[in-house]
Amino acid sequence: MSALVDDVVTALWVALGGGVGAAARYALDRAVSARWRGRFPLGTFLVNVSGSLALGLFTGLLVDGSLPLSLLGVGALGGYTTFSTASYDTVRLARERHFGTALVYGLGTMFVTVAAAALGLWLAGLWPAGGWSTVG
Amino acid sequence: MRFPAAVAWVALGGAIGTYARVAVTEAFAPALAVTLAVNVLGAFLLGALVTGFEGGGNRDGGRRRQRARLLLGTGFCGGFTTYSLIALQAATLARSGDGSAALAYCVVTLVLGAVATALGVVLAAWARNRARDRAPGAA
Repeated sequence: MSALVDDVVTALWVALGGGVGAAARYALDRAVSARWRGRFPLGTFLVNVSGSLALGLFTGLLVDGSLPLSLLGVGALGGYTTFSTASYDTVRLARERHFGTALVYGLGTMFVTVAAAALGLWLAGLWPAGGWSTVG
Repeated sequence: MRFPAAVAWVALGGAIGTYARVAVTEAFAPALAVTLAVNVLGAFLLGALVTGFEGGGNRDGGRRRQRARLLLGTGFCGGFTTYSLIALQAATLARSGDGSAALAYCVVTLVLGAVATALGVVLAAWARNRARDRAPGAA
């Protein structure tokens, strides 16, 4: 019973994190779109790269399955980063016959986000053992 | 729509979408295939939603559509799908020495995602045209 209650509470924290993350993505994308006039979807790109870097860091620093990781990683960064918009913009660029931009954006987002997540994991490994990793 | 209202709709949709992703992920073993399925499904949904909400209409209808797009598209689909987890899974695979599996996961995600999005766009456009042709008084 208490495990079930814990799961419900965790799920609510994850949903709250997801709402805050999605709001942050929208606000950042709007701020970038107001200044960036290029064809490349820079706002979503920056969201996905920064979120992947942060998820690598948090995964390396926080205990697996702990509430802070659920709230920040699964919830907030899951809601912040988005695959559906990245995929939609890639297809939209291709339909508008901007094949070069579509290819650079589609492959570029994947390559740079994976590199960012790896960098985050690596940076977290530099942290002294027994530091933040005990947060649970 | 004012910015605070737009953010609120996105946040509500994002919370529901993120919760739905976690519910699906918890129901199955957390695996690459589950993340792939969730992302491909969300890519299909967003393609269909954005296409379904396109087009003219009166001012109130336009506002409703804008709200629905923020709630369901930017919010729900955005929260349901995730790019950071794809990147983390691929980076973890590559770090453990399985670079070819990481590459395959990335390529399959990109290709299936694009196919699903295109399918959503095509199906929604077809459904919209069909509904318009059948509407009373349609030319």
